[in-house]
Amino acid sequence: MSGTGLTYHVYDVNHMTPAEIYGQVLTQLGEGREDIVALTADLARSTKIGKFGERFPGRFFNVGIAEQNMFGIAAGLALAGFTPFVSTFAVFAALRAAEQVRTDICYQNLNCKIIATHSGISFGQAGSTHHCTEDLAVMRSFANLTVIAPADGYETANAVRACLDRQGPVYIRIGRGFEQTVHPGEDYGFELGRAVTMRDGADLTVIACGPCVLHAVEAAKTLADSQGAGVRVLNMHTIKPLDREAVLAAAAETRRIITVENHSIIGGLGSAVAEVIAESGLPCRLVRLGIPDVFAIVGYTDDLYNLYKIDAAGIGEAAAQLLGVQVQAEDDWEDEL
Amino acid sequence: MGLTDSQVATLKLKAQQIRRKTIETVVWAGGGHLGGALSQVEIMVLLYYHFLNIDPKRPDWADRDRVVLSKGHGGIGYAPLLADRGYFSEGLLEEFNHTGSPFGMHLDRLKVPGVDASTGSLGHGLPMAVGMALGARLKGAAWRTYCILGDGECNEGSVWEAAMAAAHFRLDTLTALIDRNGLCIDGTTEAIMALEPLADKWRAFGWEVTAVDGHDFRELAGAIEAARRSTGRPTAIIARTVKGKGVDFMEDQAAWHYGGLDSERAALALQSIDRRSDTAGPGRRAP
Ligand SMILES: Cc1ncc(C[n+]2csc(CCOP(=O)(O)OP(=O)(O)O)c2C)c(N)n1
Repeated sequence: MSGTGLTYHVYDVNHMTPAEIYGQVLTQLGEGREDIVALTADLARSTKIGKFGERFPGRFFNVGIAEQNMFGIAAGLALAGFTPFVSTFAVFAALRAAEQVRTDICYQNLNCKIIATHSGISFGQAGSTHHCTEDLAVMRSFANLTVIAPADGYETANAVRACLDRQGPVYIRIGRGFEQTVHPGEDYGFELGRAVTMRDGADLTVIACGPCVLHAVEAAKTLADSQGAGVRVLNMHTIKPLDREAVLAAAAETRRIITVENHSIIGGLGSAVAEVIAESGLPCRLVRLGIPDVFAIVGYTDDLYNLYKIDAAGIGEAAAQLLGVQVQAEDDWEDEL
Repeated sequence: MGLTDSQVATLKLKAQQIRRKTIETVVWAGGGHLGGALSQVEIMVLLYYHFLNIDPKRPDWADRDRVVLSKGHGGIGYAPLLADRGYFSEGLLEEFNHTGSPFGMHLDRLKVPGVDASTGSLGHGLPMAVGMALGARLKGAAWRTYCILGDGECNEGSVWEAAMAAAHFRLDTLTALIDRNGLCIDGTTEAIMALEPLADKWRAFGWEVTAVDGHDFRELAGAIEAARRSTGRPTAIIARTVKGKGVDFMEDQAAWHYGGLDSERAALALQSIDRRSDTAGPGRRAP
């Protein structure tokens, strides 16, 4: 699995949120690695990084409500030879402190790991000041930065471990609360930059990240049962570097792609996939599901998933429509693959 | 020209009503930022029922005094007050936090009448308030600008950038009220990121500074009156308060920064508020 050799479970995925699992895994990693330090900005409890702080108070820094300062301090610790893990809400990591992340951390290619919680619309009732549907767009544009959106708690554990093996800055975005599990366990072959094929199919591909992976799998099952459609589902946990091969194969083999994300349709997973398809010249229909170009309304997260059509029902609806669209039968591009 | 006894009695009653309504709203909302919503009550009540030059029938009236609740998570205590003041119907509060409701935890200026700036990300309010005060000067308008900050919020660098600018531009129509309840989320402000000596910091940035009991209407009113007389400098009022004020099991407890209330707990909270009609007791001692 990962070079840390820590593959045994230290958490209970059925009763823990991805953030709680993160806190636990980080604490476990801290046992063997004196270079790991952790920082937060008055969100030790909310982001669960406080777990590490309880175990290693000497290597834990709560800087108060001062995110820009926090990322600067993290950069300094990295320059001093440490491996900082930094946690706050996604909106404050990716937007409030965007320039510190870009210039202090990414520009200097520092070994700093950002684990951002409450991403997307997972904090639905808090409103737009706390939603973050722009982080993938912003973070994806920072050179040197690896960007990951794990699908569930197991994948969060895998991503947190894997990011330690990857020299350089990493951004991992997780949600606020309990998200259902989509993977059967930790050992499904997680690899940074490699999409996980959750289901195979030849009629259409749904490329999803984060909690939308589960919804995509459910939608695919329903479509298979109700209309015998072969829907491939790719869990694109790594947004950057994107698994171009998986996208190209899906474009060539299924010619219909739907992207689904808990993020604006501008700049995130959908845009990344669109770039690959457009540059390939492959004839492929693409539908991007996500938050349209609006500030999402206030509401229960499940309701918002439904409203913005990024739940199983919304994906199913978009897929049924796209399956009805004729795609070009020309096969002369096939040898380009 | 202090407050009369009857004015104080009326304000105390109002504070109690707002506290009650805040508890009820948290129940409808399924949870909320109780601690800070309860500590800010006397500050907000005194502004809205005594000092502000506003007209709830005309929330967009150009010359109204401006209020920026920079500690935007206090929204669940602010909305009941705006309703009571007549900006919108109180019944709407029952929808707080519900899908499609105009009210989320942090109030949205475009959806909630009476809100002058959308806040919730800490450290944004004072810069906007500086802009509003500059705007009043440019227009030759008479409105005053009040900004309510959390003490933990004062960790943010942007607060101090704005503080520097306000003094530099001599914004004497700007008043910052700091809800000095001594707690942020993870613990006491002094344990997490020490602020003291806080008054000296504001003074060093060029502000007039007074520290008062933030639950004592007379002390607060005296400080606001002094701010209105001040020329050439903005005023910072450090209002010493108790987080969770009025509900005995929440007082001074970091854990009640945010919380939910089942019906039993809500009833206990309401009883506590009713028992202490004299909620405007002493604020916290200086940390
Ligand atoms: C920029 C930013 N960082 C973090 C948060 C999350 N947060 C919400 S309230 C809070 C603590 C605020 O403490 P304080 O300002 O003292 O307010 P009060 O105690 O009056 O509630 C934090 C960290 C936020 N809203 N904005």
